[in-house]
Amino acid sequence: MNDLGVQPSGSGEARCWRGFESGPWQRTIDVRDFIVRNLTPYEGDEGFLVAPSARTQAVWAKLQPYFQEEQQKGVLDVDATAPSSMLAHAPGWIDRDSEVIVGLQTDKPFKRAIFPAGGLRMVEAGLEAAGFAADPTVHEIFTKYRKTHNDGVFDAYTPEIMRCRTSGIITGLPDAYGRGRIIGDYPRVALYGTDRLLEVKRQERAQLDDMWPTDEIIRQREELAEQMRALADLAEMAKRYGCDITRPAETGQEAVQWTYFAYLGAIKEANGAAMSVGRISTFLDVFIERDLREGTLDEAGAQELIDQLVQKLRIVRFLRTPEYDALFSGDPYWATECVGGMDMNGRTMVTRTSYRLLHTLTNLGPAPEPNITVLWSKHLPAPFKRYCIKISRDTSSLQYENDDLMRPYWGDDYGIACCVSAMRLGKQMQFFGARVNLAKCMLYAINGGRDEVSGEQIAPTSAPITAEVLDYDEVFAKFDASMEWLARTYVHAMNCIHYMHDKYFYERLEMALHDRDILRTMAFGIAGLSVVADSLSAIRHAKVHVIRDDTGLAVDYRIEGEFPKYGNADSRVDDIAVDLVSRFMAKIRKHPTYRDAVHTQSVLTITSNVVYGKATGNTPDGRRKGEPFAPGANPMHGRDDHGWLASCISVARLPYADAQDGISYTVSVAPTMARRDEAAALDNAVNAFDMYFGQGGFHMNLNVLSKETLEDAMEHPEKYPQLTIRVSGYAVNFVRLTREQQLDVIRRTFHASY
Amino acid sequence: MREVEGMVKVGSRYDLRTNQAPDAPETEGFEGPKESHGWVHSYETGSTVDGPGVRLMLFMSGCFLRCQYCHNPDTWKLKDGTLIELSHAIRRLHDFAPALRAMGGGLTISGGEPLVQIGFTHGLFAAAKSMGLHTALDTSGFLGHRADDDYLQNVDLVILDIKSGDADTYRKVTGVELAPTLRFAERLAAMNKAVWVRFVLVPGLTDAPDNIRKVAEFVAPMKNVEWVEVLPFHQMGAFKWKALGLDYKLNDTPTPTHEQVQAALEIFRAAGCKAR
Repeated sequence: MNDLGVQPSGSGEARCWRGFESGPWQRTIDVRDFIVRNLTPYEGDEGFLVAPSARTQAVWAKLQPYFQEEQQKGVLDVDATAPSSMLAHAPGWIDRDSEVIVGLQTDKPFKRAIFPAGGLRMVEAGLEAAGFAADPTVHEIFTKYRKTHNDGVFDAYTPEIMRCRTSGIITGLPDAYGRGRIIGDYPRVALYGTDRLLEVKRQERAQLDDMWPTDEIIRQREELAEQMRALADLAEMAKRYGCDITRPAETGQEAVQWTYFAYLGAIKEANGAAMSVGRISTFLDVFIERDLREGTLDEAGAQELIDQLVQKLRIVRFLRTPEYDALFSGDPYWATECVGGMDMNGRTMVTRTSYRLLHTLTNLGPAPEPNITVLWSKHLPAPFKRYCIKISRDTSSLQYENDDLMRPYWGDDYGIACCVSAMRLGKQMQFFGARVNLAKCMLYAINGGRDEVSGEQIAPTSAPITAEVLDYDEVFAKFDASMEWLARTYVHAMNCIHYMHDKYFYERLEMALHDRDILRTMAFGIAGLSVVADSLSAIRHAKVHVIRDDTGLAVDYRIEGEFPKYGNADSRVDDIAVDLVSRFMAKIRKHPTYRDAVHTQSVLTITSNVVYGKATGNTPDGRRKGEPFAPGANPMHGRDDHGWLASCISVARLPYADAQDGISYTVSVAPTMARRDEAAALDNAVNAFDMYFGQGGFHMNLNVLSKETLEDAMEHPEKYPQLTIRVSGYAVNFVRLTREQQLDVIRRTFHASY
Repeated sequence: MREVEGMVKVGSRYDLRTNQAPDAPETEGFEGPKESHGWVHSYETGSTVDGPGVRLMLFMSGCFLRCQYCHNPDTWKLKDGTLIELSHAIRRLHDFAPALRAMGGGLTISGGEPLVQIGFTHGLFAAAKSMGLHTALDTSGFLGHRADDDYLQNVDLVILDIKSGDADTYRKVTGVELAPTLRFAERLAAMNKAVWVRFVLVPGLTDAPDNIRKVAEFVAPMKNVEWVEVLPFHQMGAFKWKALGLDYKLNDTPTPTHEQVQAALEIFRAAGCKAR
């Protein structure tokens, strides 16, 4: 699409691109081609890495009081008057003399901005919770003159969707806040400069002039106009920091800075639930390598660039409501950055800068953000595999995803949005859709569409099951019909949401860093997979008696006998879980989507497994009312009683083809690599990863933590400001979890490695 | 069985419930069920210390020994386990085989005592070999004479617990004689079968330097012994004794200190063993 035959515009391209392997990337916007032609794979170990520079340490020292104060007070500062945009705030610095990478979301670090176009209520609730007054002018504008995304969605919702939202069978929908899950191809700014990107957008726009103005063409014309404005604003924003990003980056420092500016512009324009970075480290490595070659940069300087970039990514802050923070544990923003993987030619994409990025966890200490994601392939260089495991062991701050599984789908220039959602960078975006509570759906089937907690009729009325003992065939037939209804209602709601999001809260800069014609996916999700699989297994293999209240509502179950449980590599129940994933996906696919998006699905709960569990009554698997679900695709804790290998095999059986938005799996192991030397322990862990991913496993969130440490951290949070723990696709500061979530983390299986 | 020196009640199932298990049903002989079935306590995946690579650990039920520090007393009685078909066990092993192969691991049969149910474990080891898995037998060696050469052909590694070097101490610790274990060890050495010797260091019970030295000097000349592993006693099995209403004698026994473990390792190393 971008092959428009644009010739080098002469705006410094010859100088900026010196020493690079030439190719199609020079004529069209094609970052992937640039990377593959210029990549320097690194197969060595971490021996070359260096400590943080004095300047990095100076910036870090300046930030520490903010971190500490924030932990005590919560939100430190908000600008309640100026809705955020690239140009809404004056430039700001942390320590001007020591910052080699600059740019803040507002004029001061830790000062948050507001995004009322997403929804005014969310902004005002956030301000109130943080102890700040809402601004009357902003209120007037967004109630009188300017409609928000949130208002639009509720104009289009149906009573049925509203009921589902209230009952909690569909939750977390991005109908009151930014949808996120869009990754701008931020390196484009560094490689081409905004002038060239603008020129290409102009041409993309011109091609539409002769096309008949259908809804879609009109929408595209307006969007392209917005995108061009965004690129101009981005250049202006950078100019205020003294940088000319209209031309390509000329050095490693500029490449990091330009790329960061692009990301910064995105987080000033949108407060999406997940604002991922993409896969920039290998791209940046090409520029850094050139500087090293030319002798203008040394290793200390290279590490400094990456350390300081990561410092900036660690202080991204959005104003959110307490409910939102409770749902997601602290205020994560999923600045997900991918390292590793292989290219389509079979070469590794691990570079020295992949190591430098991981090394920030040593130089700056563990942290949940950026959400560093290792794209694991069995072909990755062995020293890199070992180094990743070491970093996991020391910091519990990494997640792993299966590159060998994703590469055939998404090529070798994809990023991960949020936790587990892969997308081709600059060529694909998703309409994010949170998830439905599949366990509740099953209970509705048993209760004729009534909610098991409130007793209210939520789904269309159907005949409830009246038998004393549940019959598998009867339950399954009704559950299937219940899923059918839920899938239809879910797609319906999503179409409304994304229509309105495009209309009122369009991500103009992120989309400016995409091709015009992209693949859109609509990402649905399910929660409660293991609860439902175990329940169905109990109904089939044991005897499940129903206990009803005096209104006839099934409120509890008594199980007689044993039944196989998901998480033990037992196909009698694993097959049920596999079937559920494929079955619900097939039902979702029946319904047309907004902008013809491709339906996908995730098995991912974020940390909301706790709140989903809270809202769900007793289930036929023996789980008690209010008890948390397992996170993501995890087996229910305590039920995977044959060790981590069995658990891994069960999870690896879930079909990625029917869950292309990702399958999350979190494993916690105690650090008891006892009696074996370190090398053997690391080799074992590497083998375990190769095995799990070789069996088709998609994702691995690895924690290496002892129960004692976590318990101590609950009692003495001040001792553990940086204790990081991975939960369902991202990481959090353990001490910022709610007490309920902390207990849930501790209760979960610790598959001892010994 | 009865030829085993010093043993009184060996040779009947009754033994499995004597000492501290007087309530199991009496049956003639301890052959247990036919080899097509076995009494199994449980299985567990993921161990990385019970043989090379990652292991599937199968815990058989039934054991003659009544070790004071046993951390699995719930595996003593044969019929406290679950009776399963050999074909079922093979099917389950098959589910795990690709993963185990990928991690350079295999099957370790422990217990209880795997050699109690010789037919079943033989069948399972043979199946594991046919799947290309590494196999390990974790045994006290007390019934080592039951494992004939044919049996051992399907065993790549024997993890042999020598619980004491001094015969009296051994009897005190386990309730049975040491000699059969030593004889089994010698036989394994003669056939050059790979062995890891394990020694559980229990302060006040097995930690006398002389007791350790006897094991060390016995093992040192054996070229087939790849490792001597000193396992520090722990209290993690105490709750099981309590749950089973058994008389646990080691309530006040501490876990050995790092220095005590090092000292024991030093005795092994001084004798010429490769110890860890």
